[in-house]
Amino acid sequence: MAERVLMKGNEAIAEAAIRAGCRHYFGYPITPQTEIAAYMAKKMPKIGGVFLQAESEIASINMVYGAAAAGVRVMTSSSSPGVSLKAEGLSYIAGSDVPALVVNVQRGGPGLGGIQPSQSDYFQATKGGGHGDYRMIVLAPASVQEMASLTIKGFNLADKYLMTSMILADGTIGQMMEPISFEDAEIETYEKPWALTGTNCEREHNVVNSLYLKPDELEVKNFERYERYKIVEENEPMWEEYMMEDAEYCVVAFGIASRVAKNAVAAARAEGIKVGLIRPITLWPFPKKALLAAAEKVKSFICVELSMGQMIEDVKLYTQCKRPVSLCNRCGGMIPSPNEVLEAIRKAQKGEC
Amino acid sequence: MAVVFEKPKSLADIPLHYCPGCPHGIIHRLVAEVIDELGIEGKTIGVAPVGCAVMAYDYFTCDMIEAAHGRAPATATGIKRARPENIVFTYQGDGDLASIGMAETVHSAARNENITVIFVNNAIYGMTGGQMAPTSLPGQVTQTSPYGRDVNHCGWPIKVCEMLSTLEGPEYITRVAVNNVKNVKNAKKAIKKAFENQIAGKGFSLVEVVSACPTNWGMTPQKALEWVESDMLPYYPIGVYKDRSAAKEEK
Repeated sequence: MAERVLMKGNEAIAEAAIRAGCRHYFGYPITPQTEIAAYMAKKMPKIGGVFLQAESEIASINMVYGAAAAGVRVMTSSSSPGVSLKAEGLSYIAGSDVPALVVNVQRGGPGLGGIQPSQSDYFQATKGGGHGDYRMIVLAPASVQEMASLTIKGFNLADKYLMTSMILADGTIGQMMEPISFEDAEIETYEKPWALTGTNCEREHNVVNSLYLKPDELEVKNFERYERYKIVEENEPMWEEYMMEDAEYCVVAFGIASRVAKNAVAAARAEGIKVGLIRPITLWPFPKKALLAAAEKVKSFICVELSMGQMIEDVKLYTQCKRPVSLCNRCGGMIPSPNEVLEAIRKAQKGEC
Repeated sequence: MAVVFEKPKSLADIPLHYCPGCPHGIIHRLVAEVIDELGIEGKTIGVAPVGCAVMAYDYFTCDMIEAAHGRAPATATGIKRARPENIVFTYQGDGDLASIGMAETVHSAARNENITVIFVNNAIYGMTGGQMAPTSLPGQVTQTSPYGRDVNHCGWPIKVCEMLSTLEGPEYITRVAVNNVKNVKNAKKAIKKAFENQIAGKGFSLVEVVSACPTNWGMTPQKALEWVESDMLPYYPIGVYKDRSAAKEEK
């Protein structure tokens, strides 16, 4: 049996990153993700890696950009207000097609918001955040185990598709402790012939760049990038289905909200309500096919989110509004109880949504 | 016929986009000559700014990256920390380095990041058409200071070398100019030293090159070089502001 260790969610990300071959971490302090930086600060010097506390979130993401362009596995982590500051770098990294891993342990917003868990950066993560046409692979862990395994997966996907992988976690999963194993994730490596290594006077110079002053060239670049994104959308959606076989109602939730929702689904089943759960694990690419298939058989959907309702827009979009979608939400750092979600399921059954 | 003068290998044999009379061509050439002379072309990685030199990645034949506005020292930090065996330089203007990128400049200097920074100060935003820069002189007329820079309204120009030399961190902070042959020769010496410092692992070296912008200053190239002498250099005096190794040797 695989060795299991008890770890905090944030530390699991840091340890998984190191096991995935990441030896460069650049960050700036912000609650509630500080354990990641602290772990890296302790470990990196011992294993020949680099931990550097940058002067700002902006500097840290641009250090990530430089190190990524130099061809190493590199990451940064932050929380919501900090990720807003990183948006500039995220856009440049996307426009230059270099791979990076960025962690957002979300807290409530907008503005300085609060320091309690939230999922209100769904739009920012999945729809942009920075300027221009681009996408990031967005992975939403719902357990400490997934904090680890999705971090390793995130590095693999970033290198494979030359994109940023974002781990979109929240303060709860970041702070809680669960037993985990690191042995289920495979570490993939990819050649990086585009990297800045110095020409050694043996090849033409490599240029990492997002500037294309000729509009036709920029258009071609963007079309090419979106062709790559199409492959990601085809091959990489991940989701979990729970009690969906005979479901008449479908709860959709990710991250910590899905843990609460799962309890509520079990409780509703005990009352005889045929309800199931779809948990998107990749928020981009969104598990469109699973949602559309569910729309063919269930009577309605219930979105459970720690926001004012952001993922619900994608649920409506990808179910093509074939069925009603209701929202069961808390925000600002509040988390719904299983009973609140159960009540939302009961309402859906009564057709009150 | 004998070839007596060639383009440096580190500079691509293509036309530069700079305006007639712009000293960027001279400064590019000095950097490229130094890279050639030190034999580091194969391991140098350059970081281009946002500003007039934005397309420097096309001109230098070493590996190049285009940074976000002002972030070149941070991007260079990422590269250098990932590949300490490579030689990493940034090439930045005054808006890039002393305005939007001031935090990145100060902190990379404070960390004594082992990189070389070429800072071209022409007291104006050139690329965007001549707006007031953090280094525009008091009274200087620009597109966004049409009545002359009023220091009571928008503050005083920033003397980057003077400021950075107050820090413990950096190895070498110097200001040069390229308005005459003598100054060009001295500028090259300073640039060479800034690269040699990095090769020797001494740390952060910044060469401020007082330059000119005939187009946006609204002057002929000749007149612009005269204005460097008469107006720029009195405010931004040429000199070595910090040289830690030299100071140690003196002791």
